[in-house]
Amino acid sequence: MAGGARMAILRAEAIGIAFGGIKAVDGVSFAVGAGTILSIIGPNGAGKTTLFNVVSGIYEPSSGKVYLSDEDVTRLPPHRLAARGLSRTFQNLQIFQRLTACENVMVGRHLRERCSLLGALFRTPSVTRQNRETRAAAMDLLADVGLQQVADSPAGSLPYGACKRLEIARALATGPKALLLDEPAAGCNAVETEEIDRLIRRVADRGVAVVLVEHDMKLVMKISDRILVLERGKSLVEGTPREVRHDPRVLEAYLGRHGAGESARA
Amino acid sequence: MSAHLNSRLLTLVLLAAVIGLMPLLFPSGYYFRVAALVWVSALAAVGLNVLMGQAGQVSLGHAAFFGIGAYAVAVGPAHLGIPSWAAVLIGAFISAALSYLVGRPILRLKGHYLAIATLGLGVLVALAITTESRWTGGPDGMSVPRLTLFGWRVTGSDVWYWITGGLLVLGTWVALNLDETPTGRAFRALHDSEVAAQVVGVDVARFKLQAFVIAAVYASIAGSLLALMNGFINPDQAGFLHSIELVTMVVLGGLGSIVGSIVGAALLVTLPQALTVFQEYEHLMLGLIIIASMIFMRRGIVPTLSAALARRARS
Repeated sequence: MAGGARMAILRAEAIGIAFGGIKAVDGVSFAVGAGTILSIIGPNGAGKTTLFNVVSGIYEPSSGKVYLSDEDVTRLPPHRLAARGLSRTFQNLQIFQRLTACENVMVGRHLRERCSLLGALFRTPSVTRQNRETRAAAMDLLADVGLQQVADSPAGSLPYGACKRLEIARALATGPKALLLDEPAAGCNAVETEEIDRLIRRVADRGVAVVLVEHDMKLVMKISDRILVLERGKSLVEGTPREVRHDPRVLEAYLGRHGAGESARA
Repeated sequence: MSAHLNSRLLTLVLLAAVIGLMPLLFPSGYYFRVAALVWVSALAAVGLNVLMGQAGQVSLGHAAFFGIGAYAVAVGPAHLGIPSWAAVLIGAFISAALSYLVGRPILRLKGHYLAIATLGLGVLVALAITTESRWTGGPDGMSVPRLTLFGWRVTGSDVWYWITGGLLVLGTWVALNLDETPTGRAFRALHDSEVAAQVVGVDVARFKLQAFVIAAVYASIAGSLLALMNGFINPDQAGFLHSIELVTMVVLGGLGSIVGSIVGAALLVTLPQALTVFQEYEHLMLGLIIIASMIFMRRGIVPTLSAALARRARS
């Protein structure tokens, strides 16, 4: 599979999940290695977000396994997965509205902080020192996504595109080995999409395995190393952007049989 | 960062100044007593605000822990020969243990389910206190032995004013400390989005439980203080209506605002005293005031007013 000789950081094997008899995801497998970007595309309702929710531990799969660095992590709750190096962003924004942008990212450093309740209640000097370190690390990440000027603004007051980048910065703060991005460019204008494109590439270049769900085909074709196409919960095609672009089955899934014929003639 | 530090310090200094200077305005000893009642309720409200305002979880049975603290200082010294000060700590420990044990399963519930489960807990504790009359005096309540510290018999409204005021400052300091720590951030994060908190590694169940235990200990200590101050306790203090009063204090003052919790407690304790001029319409007036402030100051009194002041300062 993808990666070949390279060890896959994140591997999903024959994932299946059903809701009330309807198989939302049915036997889907993928693997993604360090520093590579795998995009998952497909028509609306193909099961992309559901697959993300299974892999990130939010839903329990009815069948299949998820491996992170070759360890079986199927059915681990999300916070345990985060501790093992898997984090994600959400299609519908899930930022902490009432926290500042900086605090949002600081929460992302949660696992690296010593968190003693008594220390917190009586504000020991070590808590204050740690706070300073966490804030400095968060500010670095904010600078990375171009949000350092709004660090102390409430996240709820930021424009949409900024929130999207803030979510990525927060996920990066956990120091992930694998990162799932659910439509990071949705609702963003061309300039913002460009920024997110460069950001994702930089993240992958640092050795993070990136899985991307995205509708912006220009972005997907440009930055993906591999693409997995889902249709009605099943894996349709997997390959490089070039292979996928020219696969008649993909055109059919998106445009219907008639549309695919038209486009082939065109 | 330093702005946070300053606002924390400012809150504490202001609170200490209010507590320290207010007695200069008191025309009679009666006011010491009313103010001490305010400080006790405020202590419970500040704790409940950690659970409701910060972590965003509802407890409709919080008077249970208030009652446990109150009856600990009644039953402990009267029946078991435990010194009152130790009974305060034992009551706080029992409240912490009970909230931990009960909280583990019920904090997995969300929204209405959590509210109903905590409501059930409150009813159970009140019921236990009412029926175990051999220990608790049943529905009539029981008298509480006076607190004695180093041979000094603690009594008098003015003395209790300073004790409760001092402990409120301490409790406020602890609650303020929490805000800018990994724990406090985890509370506020899970309030805004549980799922996002989880995927960055926050063990949501664990932090909800911590907030619940913190709030229970605050309520328990407040209950002990009230019982020792009054020298008498009855099951109403553990009852449903008192739980609702505590929630109202926090919501009225402003969810998430520590100063708001204190203001809310002050209003709910003093308004009934001030409204006695309306005689039988007293409760009606109280209800109207609460409804009006919820309509016109939806986020609570303190957040609404401070936002208005900030707007004014800018323009």
